[in-house]
Amino acid sequence: MENPARRASTPPTAATRKLWPGALALLAVPVLLLIVGPHLPAYPLRILDMILLYAILGLGLNIIVGYAGLLDLGYVAFYAIGAYSWALLASGQFDIHLPFALVLLIGASLAGIAGILLGIPVLRLRGDYLAIVTLGFGEIIRVLMNNLDGVTNGPQGIARIDEAHLFGWTLSTPDDFLYLLVAMLAVVFLFVWRIQESALGTALSAVREDQDAARGCGINTTRVKLVAFAFSAFIGGACGVVFAAMQRFVSPESFTFWESLVIVLVIVVGGLGNPFGALLGATLLILLPELLRAYADYRLLFYGMALVIIILARPRGLIARQFGPSWLMRRLGGGKC
Amino acid sequence: MGALILQQTINALTVGSIYALIALGYTMVYGVLRLINFAHSELFTAGAFIGLALAGALGVAGHPTGGLLVGFITFVVIGLAGVSVEIVAYRPLRGTSRLAPMLSALGMAVVIQNAVMLIGGRRPLIYPSFLPSGVIDVFGAIITYKQITIFLVAVILMAALELFVNRTNLGVRIRAVAENAETASLVGINPNMAISLIFFIGPGLGAVAGILYSSFYGVATFTMGFVIGMKAFTAAILGGIGSIPGAVLGGFLLGFIETFATAWMPVLTGGLIGTEYRDIFAFSVLVLILLFRPAGLLGEHVSEETMVYKSDF
Repeated sequence: MENPARRASTPPTAATRKLWPGALALLAVPVLLLIVGPHLPAYPLRILDMILLYAILGLGLNIIVGYAGLLDLGYVAFYAIGAYSWALLASGQFDIHLPFALVLLIGASLAGIAGILLGIPVLRLRGDYLAIVTLGFGEIIRVLMNNLDGVTNGPQGIARIDEAHLFGWTLSTPDDFLYLLVAMLAVVFLFVWRIQESALGTALSAVREDQDAARGCGINTTRVKLVAFAFSAFIGGACGVVFAAMQRFVSPESFTFWESLVIVLVIVVGGLGNPFGALLGATLLILLPELLRAYADYRLLFYGMALVIIILARPRGLIARQFGPSWLMRRLGGGKC
Repeated sequence: MGALILQQTINALTVGSIYALIALGYTMVYGVLRLINFAHSELFTAGAFIGLALAGALGVAGHPTGGLLVGFITFVVIGLAGVSVEIVAYRPLRGTSRLAPMLSALGMAVVIQNAVMLIGGRRPLIYPSFLPSGVIDVFGAIITYKQITIFLVAVILMAALELFVNRTNLGVRIRAVAENAETASLVGINPNMAISLIFFIGPGLGAVAGILYSSFYGVATFTMGFVIGMKAFTAAILGGIGSIPGAVLGGFLLGFIETFATAWMPVLTGGLIGTEYRDIFAFSVLVLILLFRPAGLLGEHVSEETMVYKSDF
């Protein structure tokens, strides 16, 4: 584990270092996606959209799990809150038709508030207990959506959701969503990375490594964890809104424990606490089942085996924590590291 | 009214016996490795399916005495499967981080569940009962022989486990390793042996619970493990995770809470909260227990190790 104090004291040599090579390298991926993406056939394009969505979810969950070191196994609850926000506020269900940008904000905020409300009682717990309570929370949200027939239509879900319009631009085809998702990914990536480098990020890693020592240094561990929970939930909620707009159909089926698990695996397989890890993890975990599609019934069996093998081979993930975007910037920028 | 309460008590004891048997596996593993063995619930399902396959192979479906044999073989087979899972998926990760073995366990759960699906099929299977049929009428409450058998089998197994852990040499070793693996190894106890033994007994008991559960309800599906497993885990936490009597107490208590809450909530709330919220009761109990008494009812003192911080909020 790295020493959080060391990271906080690196910037002074930055003056001798060039920023543009690193920035170019970081920009290359979204630009490439925007150029190549729209030319892809429909099926790969849809998979690419899913990869991007899970990468964003992974980046969001990373704030809780990777930075604060709190295992959240119910992340899908926030995703579901976002998805149902769009489904209820922009469909014939209650005949409410709000604009997409507004619902994006509402859905994400509702999820963020849910994160805080869940966080207040739950953050006293650590480790496995926290994991189990969040898992229980995820299940409770799913069972509620399954049973509140009058509001959510129960297991049938909500269909015929409005087409999303964002500032006069209609989001309907997979390539419309590609643009939206790339933009979102860029924003969330920058946000998460800057959090990691901020005082908050340092405080979070202190909490992760030793909570008592962090408190001894004057960090308000409770507030720091709550903020992490809220940010994380906010991002999850935003992803949910986009997901519902993309599918134009939501049902409790989409928000099972399995989804939470996939998102946790995205960041653990990719590399905990590393934004690049979330991207790599999402690519692997979404692509793998598609590649295994030929094996039909054996698909999940192989998927499970692959997971166990990856975890056994790299218990700390494919990309180690320190090789994040800051490392890339330093590496390509020259000067002393 | 009295008959209704008596009836629900009987039902609660039946469900509780099954929860308790499964909870034992979770609590023993957690007590030693601080690991939530997510594969445990899938071994429970696998146990039910192996019981079904054996019933066909031995031609003993519907015979209680044949059921004993089936139960014994299934116990051994699933016990060995549990030991192999530990050796393959958990042992290499010991000492890395706490997250890695947990996710490896989740991966194993996926593998076992899908292996069961590939062999047993996707559709629910009709399960032959290994339990004697017949009913007794006690003050208007109907008690089936099945329920009595489930309760007796569970109690006998739990008593045997209690004797094994407290009165035998191997049991002492297990307790020593659970207390402190390093110190135990200093006095010549091989922690791996004790851990393997735990991974034999826990899933074995879970497998027997699987046979009892499927015999009682008459069906077996490959996905049935997840929710039951969650509830059994709740039971383990309720009683105090790591504690064997706690798991038993937690199992029965959860059986009572669930049965009575499901029966009375619709009446008390005027139908607003119906029986479909059955699964929520278990999870709500879990959340409440963790918030107010994280060490569980019979759990040990609250320490850093139990992951609870006292001064927050």
